[in-house]
Amino acid sequence: MLRQIEGSRAVAETVALCRPEVICAYPISPQTHIVEALSGLVKDGSLHPCEFVNVESEFAAMSVAIGASATGARAYTATASQGLLYMTEAIYNASGLGLPIVMTVANRAIGAPINIWNDHSDAMSQRDCGWIQLYARTNQEAADLHVQAFRIAEELSLPVMVCMDGFVLTHAVERVDLPTQDQVDAFLPPYEPRQVLDPADPVSIGAMVGPEAFTEVRYLAHEKQMQALELIPTVAAEFAQAFGRDSGGLVHPYRTEGADTIVVALGSVLGTIADVVDELRDEGVSIGALGITSFRPFPLDAVRAALSGAKRVVVLERALAVGIGGIVSANVRMALSGLLLHGYTVIAGLGGRTITKVSLRNLFAEAIADALEPLTFLDLDRSLVDRELARMAERRRSGPTAENMLRDVGPIAARVR
Amino acid sequence: MFEVRIHGRGGQGVVTAAELLSVAAFVEGRHAQAFPSFGSERTGAPVVAFCRIDDREIRTREPVMRPDALIVQDPTLLHQVSVFEGLSSDGYLLINSGRDFAGLGLGEFLAGFRPERLLVVPASQFAMTRLRRPVPNAALLGGFAALSGLVSLDSVIAAIRQRFHGPVADGNAAAATDAFDFVRAEMRELSDAASD
Repeated sequence: MLRQIEGSRAVAETVALCRPEVICAYPISPQTHIVEALSGLVKDGSLHPCEFVNVESEFAAMSVAIGASATGARAYTATASQGLLYMTEAIYNASGLGLPIVMTVANRAIGAPINIWNDHSDAMSQRDCGWIQLYARTNQEAADLHVQAFRIAEELSLPVMVCMDGFVLTHAVERVDLPTQDQVDAFLPPYEPRQVLDPADPVSIGAMVGPEAFTEVRYLAHEKQMQALELIPTVAAEFAQAFGRDSGGLVHPYRTEGADTIVVALGSVLGTIADVVDELRDEGVSIGALGITSFRPFPLDAVRAALSGAKRVVVLERALAVGIGGIVSANVRMALSGLLLHGYTVIAGLGGRTITKVSLRNLFAEAIADALEPLTFLDLDRSLVDRELARMAERRRSGPTAENMLRDVGPIAARVR
Repeated sequence: MFEVRIHGRGGQGVVTAAELLSVAAFVEGRHAQAFPSFGSERTGAPVVAFCRIDDREIRTREPVMRPDALIVQDPTLLHQVSVFEGLSSDGYLLINSGRDFAGLGLGEFLAGFRPERLLVVPASQFAMTRLRRPVPNAALLGGFAALSGLVSLDSVIAAIRQRFHGPVADGNAAAATDAFDFVRAEMRELSDAASD
């Protein structure tokens, strides 16, 4: 049913339709509205049977999800930012044990400096933890991806992270077509676990594995992700057939046919990029965009196929690998191995910095003129950086950097953005 | 696409106003996107929220920087925050206040704007009468429906009734209707004066 609804609420209601049996959560912005809404649905009996467990930390949240999943329950949780980092050890265990937990990550920056706003630093820090990572472009896709995530997770016995931009999506109210219970039930069969902790039929899960088999167990994890490369598009195609919507899959090319320049990105910024691509196409500029939905597994072949006809590729990323630059770029370049085209990495939208159409237009123009630096920081206020560098050069005790720079920026309450 | 920016203070229902406006547009079968300018919300702190309305899917996620309409829920912001940033001279402006533009110190500033698109409405007063609380958001939306014709009063009331229930819904709907009638009357007066 079509609803005008907050992204978090849409995700919560969709997760509820997936009939999770255990939900555990610890509140952290911007994820909180999701589990808040789910707790309401459990309390008023509309999500039943389901146990909602308030835990004392994110580490506990993932540990409870692991325990629940190991007993054969469909388990769900959500987190963001420092919360994701705090559960890191348990995250690796969930994937290592092959437990099909689904978790929403409402993407947010990581401190210090503390920042509650959106970027992809949190999820990107966990790209190698063994979970599948799917990134939503819109709230519609965020909702739809959760239905697909449970299917994919349970078919492969692998956990899935659904990443949606914090605030930009979680707090945006827009049109979402929410499925019915019957539709979801038809698409998502009851969970049939591969391994169950059952007192009536005791087994142990989580043996210590030495050098004799560790490589093989890890290789198997990789092989399962390679299977996911096949399964993710299949599930998306089935979803499209059942629900009539193009959500999920590995990649989403947008006007890439014959495009000289292709912009690669993940998440909600693809909407703004699509608008700019349309404007530029109307002006005769040969440009397109490629959205990567599945970042883990990384669809090397699909990315290569989408980009191989281009002359240049601009990877716009919302996370920074300090000391080298791009994270998505490194993966994209792997896909482009042997292809001679210009590649640009653009770090944009860190800690909630707005990515405007004007900035994108200027950026793409520079790229098309091949005047862009290999690593560019969109809308970087270089003078702000220089002032702090000058202070540091001037004296040893230059003081705390974040505080110094905020003082330079001055009051911000008067600004619109 | 029609873009609205709403300025107010934490506690005045700025974010809710943007959401209600988007629901009103949705009720009319249109696409709408509402979102707040995210920050560390505190009661009394300046808050901005945005609403876009279009007949096709809205894809952009940037904040509204060149609004077609501006709603100001708290006139004390007028000289503190750059509320008018990006507003063109043919934009709509609705301010919650019991004073007129001259009294708000805006007479000169608004000289080049289209007078039939600018209005002040005592929305807090309507809210106090109907709700006994100075929360002007719903009333302003009623006034905005009259001023801009972007959505109907019925749609605004439908949005209010989706969000609130009981006396709160009734009070907000009544305050929105008061503001709608007030703005209608003001506009009639303005056009009569113009045709004289």
